[in-house]
Amino acid sequence: MFVLVVGGGKVGYYLAKELIESGHEVVLMEKDRGRAAQITDELGSIVVAQDGCEGKYLGEAGCARADIVAAVTGDDEDNLVICQMAKHHFDVRRTIARVNNPKNEELFRHLGVDEIISPTRMILGSIEQDIPVHELLHLAALEGELEIIEAQLQEGSPAIGRAPSELTIPEGCSLFAVVRDGVATPLRPDTILRQGDKVIAIGTPDCEALLHEQLIGQVATADAG
Amino acid sequence: MKIVVVGCGRVGAALAETFDASGHQVVILDITDRAFDRLSSSFRGAAIRGDGTDADVLRRAGAEGADVFLAFTEGDNRNVMAAQVAAENLGVKQVIAKINDPVRAAAYAELGIATICRTTMQSDAIHEYLGLAGSGMPAIIAPTAGHHGVERHPAAAASATVGEG
Repeated sequence: MFVLVVGGGKVGYYLAKELIESGHEVVLMEKDRGRAAQITDELGSIVVAQDGCEGKYLGEAGCARADIVAAVTGDDEDNLVICQMAKHHFDVRRTIARVNNPKNEELFRHLGVDEIISPTRMILGSIEQDIPVHELLHLAALEGELEIIEAQLQEGSPAIGRAPSELTIPEGCSLFAVVRDGVATPLRPDTILRQGDKVIAIGTPDCEALLHEQLIGQVATADAG
Repeated sequence: MKIVVVGCGRVGAALAETFDASGHQVVILDITDRAFDRLSSSFRGAAIRGDGTDADVLRRAGAEGADVFLAFTEGDNRNVMAAQVAAENLGVKQVIAKINDPVRAAAYAELGIATICRTTMQSDAIHEYLGLAGSGMPAIIAPTAGHHGVERHPAAAASATVGEG
């Protein structure tokens, strides 16, 4: 595959390196000439020392024949523009953007970026998994708006002692597994849920309010402050 | 009219002042306080320090439902992003973004944002002054399509509109 990587920071550099090692064709765009020369020394002449936000240079770097464009600069607005230009001006099939401000994830998806990688969200997710919380945890983002969500059933959860078939599961959402005592099993409609169970669901952000009500209930978040 | 200007540079400040002087309700944003030194003491509009690409900041500044939104920071991409936030999330109908890269300016007009390109404008002005033919592009490139987000993701666009209430 031909992958155009825009942004030669640490993420872009290691991404290009790994892709080359797995046999893909890679062009890396980095506007800082010093940094571009440094990467050229290490990875060979795959670097275009130009600003990947400029339509002209994107074209010269071969954007129109790229299978994937990955915009991984440190600036969200640059990554958005690179992906939009790739998608709409050069008809690239698949665009991937690094998003630093988690607030921008929804906007980017809405504006047509195919995949979004959020380092901030990933680290937040890891921290949340270590803290007992009375909220839904986002485990992973899938295609479109779909995400994998975990709900740990704690005292007060209306789902305890009931089976999924007795719950009101939001449309477009599916409960598919339960983790009990560290063992994951498929969740059947008649599985009786217990306190401490982690219910794994897949759904869109629209489902979250109802899912929260059904699985978490009205637990006071007293640990704030 | 209620007019929001993002970026208090020379152009942004001049626009804010003239709109204010002609009686419009003006909100101008910039990420630095110092930029507001450009505004004269007679400016009666609101000058708010904040990131104009952040939907929450714009909402707090009262940009939701504004009549006109002008993205005039020094960064083409910041302008593109601010303009799309205004059009998509804040429901502003008239949005103009300054994009100095002619390729991007044309591309975003096709994606539903009116754009103004200093590069093309200046080049055309000089050609005209010298009696030569210019690019033939208008100074402001009007959007040639609805915003692409609406076309490509009708469901997402509908839910975004509903969620605004």
